[in-house]
Amino acid sequence: MGPLSNKEHKLFKAYLLTALMLLVLGLSWGIIGSLQYISPGLLKQHFSFEKIRPLHVSSVLFWIIIASVGMVLTYLPSVTGKKLYSFKLAYIHLLVFIISTLGIYFAYISGNFGGREYWEFPPFFAVLIIAGWILFLINFISSLSSFRNQPVYIWMWMTGIIFFLFTYLESYLWVIPYFRKNLIGDLLIQWKSNGSMVGSWNMLIYGSSIILMEKISGNKETGQSSIAFILYFTGLFNLMFNWGHHIYTLPTAPYVQYISYAVSMTELFIIGRIIFNWKKTLDTAQKNLHILSYRLLLSADIWVFLTLALAILMSIPGINVYTHGTHITVAHTMGATIGINSFILLATITDNTEDNCSNLLHYHKIINKGIWISNISLLVFWCSLIGAGIKKAIWQTAEVQNSFSMMMQELKPYFIVFMAAGISLAIGLFCIIFPLMKMKISCIFKK
Amino acid sequence: MEFNEKNKILTAGILLLTFTVYSFHLYSSLPRQNLAKADDSNGKLVWQDKNCISCHQIYGLGGYLGPDLTNVYSTKGPEYIKAFLKTGTVVMPNFKLSDKEIQELLGYLKNIDQTGKADPRTFTISYNGTIKQ
Repeated sequence: MGPLSNKEHKLFKAYLLTALMLLVLGLSWGIIGSLQYISPGLLKQHFSFEKIRPLHVSSVLFWIIIASVGMVLTYLPSVTGKKLYSFKLAYIHLLVFIISTLGIYFAYISGNFGGREYWEFPPFFAVLIIAGWILFLINFISSLSSFRNQPVYIWMWMTGIIFFLFTYLESYLWVIPYFRKNLIGDLLIQWKSNGSMVGSWNMLIYGSSIILMEKISGNKETGQSSIAFILYFTGLFNLMFNWGHHIYTLPTAPYVQYISYAVSMTELFIIGRIIFNWKKTLDTAQKNLHILSYRLLLSADIWVFLTLALAILMSIPGINVYTHGTHITVAHTMGATIGINSFILLATITDNTEDNCSNLLHYHKIINKGIWISNISLLVFWCSLIGAGIKKAIWQTAEVQNSFSMMMQELKPYFIVFMAAGISLAIGLFCIIFPLMKMKISCIFKK
Repeated sequence: MEFNEKNKILTAGILLLTFTVYSFHLYSSLPRQNLAKADDSNGKLVWQDKNCISCHQIYGLGGYLGPDLTNVYSTKGPEYIKAFLKTGTVVMPNFKLSDKEIQELLGYLKNIDQTGKADPRTFTISYNGTIKQ
């Protein structure tokens, strides 16, 4: 992955600027949401929490999805050696995303919800998103010259695209009365689809991160190595079958719990490999730490370790029964979306900006500070959520319980730390985002 | 293990087939109705329409600003729930629900209550780390 053609760069710029703007919005909604935790009733009349939460979640998820799609479309020609099949389809897909995002924002603000946990909006917008995704699939497949002997990132992208389509459709099975009317069945299918859907965009992001790592290390064989494929298949196995840890406490058939528990434990192989390669990672770090994109990738590596360790613990039903329904789950989600997904995406954007625009030397200092601030803040943010989660878990299992509101009062110190760390995290990320946006907007194309 | 092209396709094929069979097995064998109470009311749609899940939880799934409501019907009773729905709280807005909507929502909470217990204290943990109620 090196300098892009003018046409490719324009497309990338459009995707990335849209995505970065959504990240800025997502962070801003997140700050308002955290303020509502410590100041109950804040903005209750017009922007109560049931509006702020989906605004935050949808903005952040659109950031992740739009940026990862933009990344795949940009990396694809350099991987295949062929031009992108259709720039027009790629622009139409982006337009569909933008229209959907605006429509979804309008729906939330006017009090119109899909009312499902996690990524939710009125079903009409889901149709738009599916239509756009099919264009992406067509563009991706048509851009490949052959399916044979492809590196692991092509497998990962293909998996991500197909599974997103499947799980996204699956998440809307609730519109069919057969599913909706079975209260437990509906929750089961909802979390089956949500759990796997997260895995599908992770595939898009991790695929791009391997390309960037190949570029930084200079080792072009990584994508074809057996270990890369073993890790890919372990990830795919988990994407397909480990979603059950979301619903261990639901009254479903016991095998749902057993399958998920057993499959989740295969992630120990991934964490073992991280520990085994720790020394090698440190050596590579010493060599490449001056590269901004590498610093971001290294941050993501550390967060992979922390998030995965937490995820494995939470996948043990006997532990999950205590952590479930507490802020420990939120800590896991934040570690994954900010520490892993966002840092990898920012690393690839930084690398691309340095390759294609006049270099970022002028902004090195501020971006570097941003990386430090965001990592330290995220750690404090993460620990405060785990602290609040442990305290809530103790409350949930106490013989005699205080009222819910008293318990929330006792959690307030954790929420104050969580809010302060959240603001500081946003400032850190802004220090990375704004220079990148400025460079992208005023980019003097190198070619 | 050498991952040649044939092994890759075989592994992917087996995984995909297993996933498809598992998915369709789950669709066709949703929890039995005596376990997973069938909901014939519109209460669930009212619940979704007001986005209750962004603050409340059902079986620990949802937002954490408000309490878990899985078993609120049997522990607090319909009158208690009605009072909250009619006035709101310091945190929760008054959604100005009609009497019909309140009745439908109560129907949903009653049905979900009958599906099981969400209280973690009702679970036992086996030596191998699994749980059961």
